[in-house]
Amino acid sequence: MSEMRNDLLKTVDRIFDEHCPKPVRESAEAGEWPAALWRALEEVGLDRAALPEQAGGSGLDFEDAMLALRRSAYHGAPVPLAETMLAGRLLAAAGLAVPPGALTVAPVQTGDRLRFVQGAAVTTVSGAAQRVPWGNLCAHAVVAGELDGKGMVGLVSTSGAARGVDKNLAGEPRALLEFDATPLIALAPLKDALARLEAEGALYRSVQMAGALERSLEYCLQYANERVQFGRPIAKFQAIQHMLAVLAGQAAASSAAADAAVEASRLVPDEFAVSVAKSRVGEAAGKGAEIAHQVHGAMGYTREHNLHYSTRRLWSWRDEFGNESYWQSRLGRAVAADGADALWPMLSRR
Amino acid sequence: MHEFRFEPVRMPAAAEALRGEVRAFIAQEVAQGAFTPSRNSWSSFDPDFSRKCGERGYIGMRWPKEYGGHERSALERYVVTEEMLAGGAPVGAHWIADRQSGQQILRYGSDRAKRTILPKIAAGVCFFSIGMSEPDSGSDLAAVRTRAARVEGGWKISGTKVWTSGAHQTNYLIALARTSAKEEDRHAGMTQFIVDLSHPGVSVRPIYNLYGGHDFNEVVFDEFFVADDMVMGEAGMGWKLVTGELAFERSGPDRFLSTYQLLVESIRAIGGDPDERCANEIGRFVAHLATLRRMSISVAGMLERGAQPIVEAALVKDIGTAFEREIPETFRHLIPTEPTLGEGAGYAELLGMTILRAPGFTIRGGTREILRGMIARGLGMR
Repeated sequence: MSEMRNDLLKTVDRIFDEHCPKPVRESAEAGEWPAALWRALEEVGLDRAALPEQAGGSGLDFEDAMLALRRSAYHGAPVPLAETMLAGRLLAAAGLAVPPGALTVAPVQTGDRLRFVQGAAVTTVSGAAQRVPWGNLCAHAVVAGELDGKGMVGLVSTSGAARGVDKNLAGEPRALLEFDATPLIALAPLKDALARLEAEGALYRSVQMAGALERSLEYCLQYANERVQFGRPIAKFQAIQHMLAVLAGQAAASSAAADAAVEASRLVPDEFAVSVAKSRVGEAAGKGAEIAHQVHGAMGYTREHNLHYSTRRLWSWRDEFGNESYWQSRLGRAVAADGADALWPMLSRR
Repeated sequence: MHEFRFEPVRMPAAAEALRGEVRAFIAQEVAQGAFTPSRNSWSSFDPDFSRKCGERGYIGMRWPKEYGGHERSALERYVVTEEMLAGGAPVGAHWIADRQSGQQILRYGSDRAKRTILPKIAAGVCFFSIGMSEPDSGSDLAAVRTRAARVEGGWKISGTKVWTSGAHQTNYLIALARTSAKEEDRHAGMTQFIVDLSHPGVSVRPIYNLYGGHDFNEVVFDEFFVADDMVMGEAGMGWKLVTGELAFERSGPDRFLSTYQLLVESIRAIGGDPDERCANEIGRFVAHLATLRRMSISVAGMLERGAQPIVEAALVKDIGTAFEREIPETFRHLIPTEPTLGEGAGYAELLGMTILRAPGFTIRGGTREILRGMIARGLGMR
């Protein structure tokens, strides 16, 4: 790994070590905005890390930005970093200015649609978007949809739009946003805007899950080496060793799948690589979390040990922006439509 | 703790050019009826095909030209092997010699061994078997009981090797034998020897496998003489050599493509408009396959850089062979078929053969349990 990447990771580690102690996590889960943590991220430009430099980015390439995102997920950080990066990328791709502050995106649920209506003076957005991540705490949302059959991206204030706030299993807010002829602050065409939002969201969740799996494995190794039963650390038992070897395989495969998708998606999300990543990493999330908890025994079944900051995220993120079945099915249909003999030539081009 | 990093590797342009050549070669062979794409690629023994591969420079690709090699990169070799496997080519005759034995001779063989044997391997006319397992020594390889005693000018080997694939058809094997009594360090005192199977003093008896095929053998040595210049490295170095040899065995595309033909034929049988369940399963396997391939190529990149990715190779083999085994278990539900070994039964035969071969995938080249132990050691647990 390059020195620059090492420095980047150290910066991310420092911010989360300083600004993300347990009380901050707990108050965030209770619905409070982690202002100091977010400010620290903004100060080093991580919120803008995925933007091209001319759009106000911090000069990192996309791989570096995803490395930082992955590390934030490794730390189980209760912040909408992925959502802010994604929203900013959509705005920048459509040539729109990226406002300061945390951002979210809508719609995020398959089947949810927002309607853009072009008026004489102003274009408005209407409709409901369910389970918008951090939708109640971000001042702006980037909305994607169509106008006259063309993909569009717009920027809208979320003020007064939140109708109800649920949480995902990790305690991160998921808000119902309802817009009723709400004027857009900006609007511009972007090819396949809605599909792009979905695929890029799936990519970011894959990257985040790879980070949470890495952390889960580390928690397991630490715990297994410290926990003594029958007179020796449980890490010395072959049953535990084999379980963690399997978890290591899931974590390594997740990293490889997420890396491949990031590499292929520098400018626009690559349908194949993202489908592979969300399918493969989503599967590893469930299987990996199961092993991690089994190894931790009753201790991991409490909120006293920190394992749950990783595993509750894994159990949430695998179902966001399309679960494994959704992406497997898309991938499977595409492969079947191309025919059996086209599979190898396609795979070997990757 | 060992950090598992599967760094991305970009295939060089030369490797992609080679891919086109290999694919055209395989297509031409199939068109001429030389072989039908096999369900058993690297276990199909076809000396004619191996000779053609040798002529085309597809064997011993990384070795120096002075030994008949082609001085190409690990990634170019990777492309050739994966194209052969995906194309179902009968590469079994030269597979072991190319994958590990030749590599081992190049590194540790005497000058005579290198000069006399490597060019023949590269030409596709000299084939090897593996001489590791014994009746009482499988996963516990250090328990080998085959002994070699010092004699004038060489060694005399006595003992029995089993599960020796192809020994009834190959020219040589590399035998691991004990050359001094067991000490406290049970890994000390072993040596690898190149054994010429055409010489007297060795007998080969078939052991039929689960699907009724003759692939395995029992190989018995009775005071079999091996000259000093057929010793690998120094006497007593055997353990280090044999573990290094196993690393070559473990990360290649042969560890996740064994049932690729069944995947392809299943997709064909399901057709272009799959139902939801079929689409899910196809998508899931393709996602696994694409990921495994990336990890395996990454290990080839590590080999290219001169690293010894022993733990990474074990990890790729563990998840790769699990993937291979899942393919028949899943598609038998989606394409209800009673499996058979009846020739000409099409999909049912392919499924039958695959089911009966599958248990071997997670045993050969190091069992799943041995690999997980190695991974755990890499994680710092042992």
